[in-house]
Amino acid sequence: MTHQYPALTAEQKKELSDIALRIVAPGKGILAADESVGHMAKRLNQIGVENTEENRRLYRQILFSADSRVKKCIGGVIFFHETMYQKADDGTPFVQMIKDKGIVVGIKVDKGVVPLAGTDGETTTQGLDGLSERCAQYKKDGADFAKWRCVLKISDNTPSALAIMENANVLARYASICQQNGIVPIVEPEILPDGDHDLKRCQYVTEKVLAAVYKALSDHHVYLEGTLLKPNMVTPGHSCPTKYSPEEIAMATVTALRRTVPPAVPGVTFLSGGQSEEEASINLNAINTCPLMRPWALTFSYGRALQASALNAWRGQKDNATAATEEFVKRAEVNGLAALGKYEGSGDDSGAAGQSLYVANHAY
Amino acid sequence: MTHQFPPLSPEQKKALSDIAQRIVASGKGILAADESVGTMGNRLQRINVENTEENRRAFREILFSSDASINQSIGGVIFFHETLYQKDSSGKPFPALIKEKGIVVGIKASTCTAPLAGTNGETTIQGLDGLAERCAQYKKDGADFGKWRAVLKITSTTPSQLAIQENANTLARYASICQQHGLVPIVEPEILPDGDHDLQRCQYVTEKVLAAVYKALNDHHVYLEGTLLKPNMVTAGHSCPKKYTPQDVAVATVTTLLRTVPAAVPGICFLSGGQSEEEASVNLNAMNQSPLPKPWKLTFSYGRALQASALAAWVGKSENKKAAQEAFRKRAQINSLACRGQYVVSGKTDTAAMQSLFTASYTY
Repeated sequence: MTHQYPALTAEQKKELSDIALRIVAPGKGILAADESVGHMAKRLNQIGVENTEENRRLYRQILFSADSRVKKCIGGVIFFHETMYQKADDGTPFVQMIKDKGIVVGIKVDKGVVPLAGTDGETTTQGLDGLSERCAQYKKDGADFAKWRCVLKISDNTPSALAIMENANVLARYASICQQNGIVPIVEPEILPDGDHDLKRCQYVTEKVLAAVYKALSDHHVYLEGTLLKPNMVTPGHSCPTKYSPEEIAMATVTALRRTVPPAVPGVTFLSGGQSEEEASINLNAINTCPLMRPWALTFSYGRALQASALNAWRGQKDNATAATEEFVKRAEVNGLAALGKYEGSGDDSGAAGQSLYVANHAY
Repeated sequence: MTHQFPPLSPEQKKALSDIAQRIVASGKGILAADESVGTMGNRLQRINVENTEENRRAFREILFSSDASINQSIGGVIFFHETLYQKDSSGKPFPALIKEKGIVVGIKASTCTAPLAGTNGETTIQGLDGLAERCAQYKKDGADFGKWRAVLKITSTTPSQLAIQENANTLARYASICQQHGLVPIVEPEILPDGDHDLQRCQYVTEKVLAAVYKALNDHHVYLEGTLLKPNMVTAGHSCPKKYTPQDVAVATVTTLLRTVPAAVPGICFLSGGQSEEEASVNLNAMNQSPLPKPWKLTFSYGRALQASALAAWVGKSENKKAAQEAFRKRAQINSLACRGQYVVSGKTDTAAMQSLFTASYTY
């Protein structure tokens, strides 16, 4: 263990690092459009649309036909496998539509959660089998980054040491394999917002989880400059009676990251969890105006929080397509501003008023 | 493990954080004057001075009675136990002499190494027994920070997994205990420069060691904002045939730190490890001039590299006191410039300054 057997050449490292920096360039974030077939079913059901392959294609087309305004605020799009091989009405492959806008194409590569026997309903994530060959193929087909989601939950006795260790390890294996195939791994250790725990508890658990993730990445010889992190923001549980301001969420989140995420990681792209579109933007903005020093880009990788309005505007009607695309562009631009700490909020949650609400960092 | 049992109150955290910030305030570093009796013996022998308690006291008095303006370059002084209870010629205790210049007093808390059976000559560090009581006493006696040195060595079979994990664990235990008593722990995982390995090998090993150290600190619930790191610079082994520039050392060192040291750590105070006074300053300067990002202060905690010229000027004679103080003041000021990347090498070759201070397998 004292001798290095370099996993990557200098050229491979540079390629990975360049891709990662392009995705999180200032003011840019990620559109997570990688909902699985089952997941899309829920979204489409909510707007009374049937979950057919054609409807999924039509819906993604609405997002991908956004005009050049999205070039400034979207650095990457995460695809689901099916979508990688779909085309627009005029026959243009979706992958090409995205690349033509100068946006990096990504692919979800995990195969969902499976139970960890002997735990209190905890899981790990599968998808390592044949992953190398799949990555090589996706790279040929236009993908330059990938995403793998692990899930942890806060309850009275979770997450357990096993769940943390196993999920960290599987994330590190995935990351290592991706990099071997020229693909930047987005590492996603999501701690669900379910529960009545407070902000401090979420911060504590997030710190423990992220410390384990980065130790595993080090053990697996992963090149950090060629990775991205997709964590939850530090928030109270959904049923927590205490309410917190965006500034408190920002301080707790940035503090947790400063204690665990090495500065070599180029960007942190938050998941939106169950936050509303506006909440996700306001919180991201507060994170970017937090007075603590932040050595990585802090941006978004949003699914629901970028698409909810667009879905509602579309409702499966062809005539609504343009209006739906416009809703998406609007949210993308808002989040692009939030990633720069320049979003003033839709209501009276103005950025300037929020500044004074930062609680001293020693309380975290 | 999912519930937090906060080890420190917000007030305790603030006190620790404030102390750490004071030590590494802009342009300041640490004078490591904590040589044990045996090590002082080596130093004094080089200048033909007898290793008596009075001589040790007299030399430390020379350093500590420097003009108060030394506080522009020195933020902290590390004491050896004996020295903490010695006084100057007017009867003033040394800690008071240091504190009245606004410099923070520190204490070496580790005792000596102990062998790790079953390894290739590797060691761990003793000193945990009764450490809590000792820390409480040191705090009463004027100390605000502690130092604990773990030692690792690069050979074809070391450092082993056990040595890394055991030393990381004892460092974390020490850090945890210090913080409980209001002392900022300086965490020192020194990887010796002995050997013929190249720069890449040192970088690889340093990355693994530091990753293990920060995982252990996290596991032990240590408050990172109230700690400092004292690592080796990343350099080639002393008998490595290949020569590297200060810029090579700077890039390798800062890259290593970016991959392993969380931004929450306020400062990194390098050990000089056998480098000459000039080498230690030039390398520190190169790091601070490097375009790589530096979310922590990069400064010095030098023993030999701050005192060699002073010792050579003193040679045990009280009439040389002023000359010795001037030599010390000069090195302190040069290192202060180096921490801001402002040291312009003069070109004069001062013999004592250039002399390599390497002692094989350096132990206290």
